[in-house]
Amino acid sequence: MEYLSLFTKSIFVDNMIFAYFLGMCSFLAVSKNVKTAAGLGLAVIFVLLVTLPINYLLNRFVLQPGALAWAGMPDVDLSFLSFIIFIAVIAAIVQVVEMVVEKFSPELYSSLGIFLPLIAVNCAILGGSLFMQQKDFLNIGEATVYALGSGLGWFLAIVSLAAIREKMGYSNVPPALKGLGITFITVGLMGIAFMTFMGIGQ
Amino acid sequence: MNAKLKETILNPIFKGNPITVLVLGICSSLAVTVTLKGALVMALSVIVVCGISSLILSLLRKTIPGRVRIIVQLVVVAMMVILVDQVLKSFEATYAIDKQLSVYIGLIITNCIVMGRIEAFALGNKPWPSFLDGVANGAGYGLILIIVAFFRELLGSGTLFGIDILNRFGYVPNNLVILPPFALILLGCIVWVQRSIQKDLQEDK
Repeated sequence: MEYLSLFTKSIFVDNMIFAYFLGMCSFLAVSKNVKTAAGLGLAVIFVLLVTLPINYLLNRFVLQPGALAWAGMPDVDLSFLSFIIFIAVIAAIVQVVEMVVEKFSPELYSSLGIFLPLIAVNCAILGGSLFMQQKDFLNIGEATVYALGSGLGWFLAIVSLAAIREKMGYSNVPPALKGLGITFITVGLMGIAFMTFMGIGQ
Repeated sequence: MNAKLKETILNPIFKGNPITVLVLGICSSLAVTVTLKGALVMALSVIVVCGISSLILSLLRKTIPGRVRIIVQLVVVAMMVILVDQVLKSFEATYAIDKQLSVYIGLIITNCIVMGRIEAFALGNKPWPSFLDGVANGAGYGLILIIVAFFRELLGSGTLFGIDILNRFGYVPNNLVILPPFALILLGCIVWVQRSIQKDLQEDK
């Protein structure tokens, strides 16, 4: 039951975009049409699902204060290294994932291909790992469920924004607001709509 | 100082502002604009990280092989961010702000402004202009951050830097302004104002 509540909470309440503004750059740049938006959204879910559990294990057994007790060094605190380790893991894994996907599933590669390298520097991915570190999950299952939930939340946000932007092409927006300005305001209004989910998961 | 350097410094602050024109670095920025203090610390951190990593990478630009440059950039930027984070943690006055900014300090690593300026400017220019470019872009980012934070703190809590301004006149703080979505709406309005003044920035479609 906790898994389910964590899952819905990470999709709707703690939505990466609307509650924390994570991954905003690619969110705004790649939301011009639904198809590419869905591609990027899938890539984000995928990379989050792979990197977050690995970073969880690293945090648990290497970085946390006292995490090295299994190696006979209970007093060591390496948590100041977490930024650099997390980003290195993410960059490396994105690279490996890209190669594996290219080899075994050319179809998936051609749909995700261009987005995968972009994702190494997507704040949603590093943000996911940093939140994981803060939230102190009990086991790797919770970390994985959290990864899936936040990835899905991001996917949902970018696909719905892309759909709205496609429709907005027909409306008469003031010239100075066109493009970026109206997109910001739309995302803000969507965020308010998402806040109606606040009660879930408490 | 010659005209070109002056352009390097002034352009990112107004005409080519990284947030409102280039759409870089919105990721980690808006969540820290609830209070002016947080925004100020965040702006200073980004200026330091952006300036110094541009300087370091510009010094290294001839020795980095093109294929591995992204990793090298990430390592240098991550190192700078760790330094900033440790400095913030080590003073009593800034420790509370560091806790409040939580993950967003770490997210400076993936702030597109830092990487974007390194890729676009520092790898092709001499150290001194690169340093100035980094600092100026950090400042352009900080400026927007502070404008947004000014309105959010004033309207959302009735205070500025924690000092009571509006409440004493019977102002009731507007909670909507503190919620995340309002930062985006405010940013949309800033873009609107800027593009009404500089008509050449307007998008056609």
